[in-house]
Amino acid sequence: MKNPSPGVYTVDEPSASRGLGPLIPWCQSTNERRFFLTEIKAKPLAVRHTCAYIVRKPDQGHLYRGHRSMHRFANPARFLRLSAVLLPWCAGATVILTILGLWLSLFGSPPDYQQGETVRIMYIHVPAAWMSLFVYTNMAIAAACGLVWKHPLADLFAKAAAPIGAGFTFVCLVTGSLWGAPMWGTWWVWDARLTSVLILFFLYLGYMALVNAFDDPQRGMKAGNVLLLVGIVNVPIIKFSVDWWNTLHQPASVVRMGGPSIDPTMLTPLLVMAGAFTAYFLSVVLLRVRTEIAQRKIQTLRLSVAGDGAVTDGMQG
Amino acid sequence: MNEFLHMGGYAAYVWPAYGIATLVLLGLLVATWKGLRNAEATLKALESARPARRRTRNAGRKAADQNAGTPVEASEG
Repeated sequence: MKNPSPGVYTVDEPSASRGLGPLIPWCQSTNERRFFLTEIKAKPLAVRHTCAYIVRKPDQGHLYRGHRSMHRFANPARFLRLSAVLLPWCAGATVILTILGLWLSLFGSPPDYQQGETVRIMYIHVPAAWMSLFVYTNMAIAAACGLVWKHPLADLFAKAAAPIGAGFTFVCLVTGSLWGAPMWGTWWVWDARLTSVLILFFLYLGYMALVNAFDDPQRGMKAGNVLLLVGIVNVPIIKFSVDWWNTLHQPASVVRMGGPSIDPTMLTPLLVMAGAFTAYFLSVVLLRVRTEIAQRKIQTLRLSVAGDGAVTDGMQG
Repeated sequence: MNEFLHMGGYAAYVWPAYGIATLVLLGLLVATWKGLRNAEATLKALESARPARRRTRNAGRKAADQNAGTPVEASEG
């Protein structure tokens, strides 16, 4: 048995259990591989799910630390089944709620007595703003799960959700500007609400850049997760900025103490559009997580093919 | 209808808001869909290439072993 260098190794369980390939770098025969895998499987689930495991090799007595990635492929399998069930419902809800929401916000609601027809921008602007916070909060929760429990799907979720959150934040900023121009007489002011949302947008972009900046995706994910957790401080700042500081932006009128202060004819389209955006987010994030899982598998396969090449050379040389 | 499109004089603000939201959300959906199709196609290609490679490798090794005059090791496979 070749003496492996200590480090982090990835084990592709589905392939390994089919008896394919020396995916475990130091196991050069099926028997060794089988022994290795039974040893891992004998460990309590809790230990397995903590990601790092210790392997004692039978004849050498050395301890090797490996990166447990069985649940990386076991869980995604469950996720793929679940997403196949959920996706049609989410997509259907997106279509129905979008049609209903657009009809309500463009035809089914009255113009505002002060703001006239520009109030219709609200039905895009406010749900987009809610989504920008909702998506970020979800990503931060996922980041915590990814860091604490090393749950690989949590990492993938955060990575998959980031562009959608950035998109919603962008829509929120642009529609806010288009609403501010006629109503406030300015496209932009550097006040607390607007600035903190702009920072949220940069947090999304920064996370996306950071995650892709490392050769090793694991390290990128870890750095990105830390950024997400640090950035969560911005979420309450955005929410309460209209109360804490003097600002041009109007205070909350839906999510506030004492219930919504907005007429039901305007609240209904607002909530329907928020539902449509949420359903859209769920549909697209399911598709994106699926893409991320496929890309992880591609990476594992490419690595193992490269590994095969090395072994073949070693045998012949 | 014209009055509706006119939006009480605010057409230049209301319609771009809806337009940009549609553009961003649809663009993201299309990009996601294309990315998924791409990744799944690559994965399929890689997975179908794998068993073929493996057979070639084992055959090559057996031939090499026989050439060297050593018995084929039983532990593999």
